[in-house]
Amino acid sequence: MSAVLELRAVSVRRGGRAILSDVSLSVAPGEVLGLVGPNGAGKTTLLRAALGLQPRASGEVRLGGRSLESLGERERAAIAGYLPQERRVAWNMPARDIAALGAASLPPKEGHAIADACLAELEIGDLAGRGVLDMSGGERARVLLARLLATRAKLLIADEPAAGLDPEAQLLILERLRRRAFDGAAVIVTSHDLGLAARACDRLAVLHGGELRALAAPEAALSSQVLAEVFGLEGELIQSPAGLTLAARRLPFSASR
Amino acid sequence: MRLLILLLFGLFAALALSVAFGETSLAFAQYADAFAQPGSPQGEILFGIRAPRACAAALTGAALGLAGAVMQGLLRNPLAEPGVLGVSAWSGAAAALAIVLGLGAIPWAIESAALGGALAAGAAVAVLAARFREPETLILFGVALAALGGAMTALIFNLSPSPVTLADVLAWLQGSLANRDWSDLGAALAPMALGAGFCAYAAGSLRMLALGDETAALSGLPMARLRVAAVAGAALLTGASVAMAGVIGFVGLAAPHLVRGAASDDPARVLAPSAIAGAILLVLADLLARVIPSETELRLGVVTALFGAPLFALVAWRAARSWRA
Repeated sequence: MSAVLELRAVSVRRGGRAILSDVSLSVAPGEVLGLVGPNGAGKTTLLRAALGLQPRASGEVRLGGRSLESLGERERAAIAGYLPQERRVAWNMPARDIAALGAASLPPKEGHAIADACLAELEIGDLAGRGVLDMSGGERARVLLARLLATRAKLLIADEPAAGLDPEAQLLILERLRRRAFDGAAVIVTSHDLGLAARACDRLAVLHGGELRALAAPEAALSSQVLAEVFGLEGELIQSPAGLTLAARRLPFSASR
Repeated sequence: MRLLILLLFGLFAALALSVAFGETSLAFAQYADAFAQPGSPQGEILFGIRAPRACAAALTGAALGLAGAVMQGLLRNPLAEPGVLGVSAWSGAAAALAIVLGLGAIPWAIESAALGGALAAGAAVAVLAARFREPETLILFGVALAALGGAMTALIFNLSPSPVTLADVLAWLQGSLANRDWSDLGAALAPMALGAGFCAYAAGSLRMLALGDETAALSGLPMARLRVAAVAGAALLTGASVAMAGVIGFVGLAAPHLVRGAASDDPARVLAPSAIAGAILLVLADLLARVIPSETELRLGVVTALFGAPLFALVAWRAARSWRA
């Protein structure tokens, strides 16, 4: 099947410095791609460049088989939904209304029905009427993810959707994103939890200093060499009954930093 | 919907009070006369003087309340108000300039200047709003614009030829609805309606902006255009209100907060209630300005701040919880 998102040699520069150098990758429907890398590796920049929020120095982005620049705002929104890392909400709106913003192009009644379904999917259906600022950080993260799910876009991009959540919630969120991929969406997530990413994603893209260091199935992408050179870790991914787990310790003299 | 009906009811009550009471107290029989013969002196007081003034207060208050709600939504800031982008400062400065230049004798000259000043500032902000997404950029630019407007007003004071003109300028800057008649209302209606139209067009985008610029940018809405519409709407409303009543602070800041809790804190749903709440506030403030016994009539801007600020502090106290993000 043809790719939903395709990056061809994309570079981004800011203040004379290369933030992203020559990155090429593609994501197909039904696939979950994990984007991993240390802080400052360019993960968020890559996502923003893929969505047209970040000007490129060079390279091409194709969304849904068409050049990003040829898409109107509405067409782009129908193809790609984005959940930024920033979880600030300006006003204390009810969870249902926030989630329904994902389906704002639909009549309010349908939008609210979809919002309710997405909140229930994330097991916070009982909080639909509560103001988001009266919620815990974890609950708010789920409400914002419900908004992303409510877009029903072909490509769902979530920047650190599980960061700061308890382990059960992290697994739930990635499971729900996987289910969307199973239903035919393409999914991209970033994560600092390498074990979680390895377990939940079909492929991992490893970014380091703006360069794509590996793009492969989790075991191959997070090889001992990559773990050492990119993350400064000594260890490996091991197969456990619950799935892939990372067993690693910090390298004594971190060669990568 | 229930909130709107309740507020409209409150507005009609405030308008009725405002027409019934004033500087001149009437006996019951005189009210009866006024209704029986609108042409009588009593009728003239009620329908020729008080009614247009009350309606002007309602219209101005509604414009300020709506502009304030739009600004708060656009900038995602509970402290935003029509003045935050420098629109009222420029409007006031332009009116002051018109007064000092002796244009007061030309009908509508000062009013047009006020509207023009607001539109000039609004245009500058709109250009910026189309280019930059971050509310902080707009706020910083607005602060600079407001400071420039304030400096121009101070300069006009400085260079003003006579104390009489100075008094006129000061009166304008403190806000008043004295001697407003039906033709003033008619003139303000067009820019206000246009401004309200822009605000209504931009309403949906304010809700999206609650989640941040990037989410809004990818929501499928034409955000750049909607941001410009919001700024243009607020500028038109503010300019028309300054043209009508001079510079009146506070209503635009307070009105949205008075209704925010009842409108699920939704920046789009809060617009219409804010307009009506602003109208009620200003009608009551103008009534107070007229009935409080004093040597010269109290200035409307003075009354709104004097009575509104403590009330607002109370609302802020209660709402403070929900502002913590």
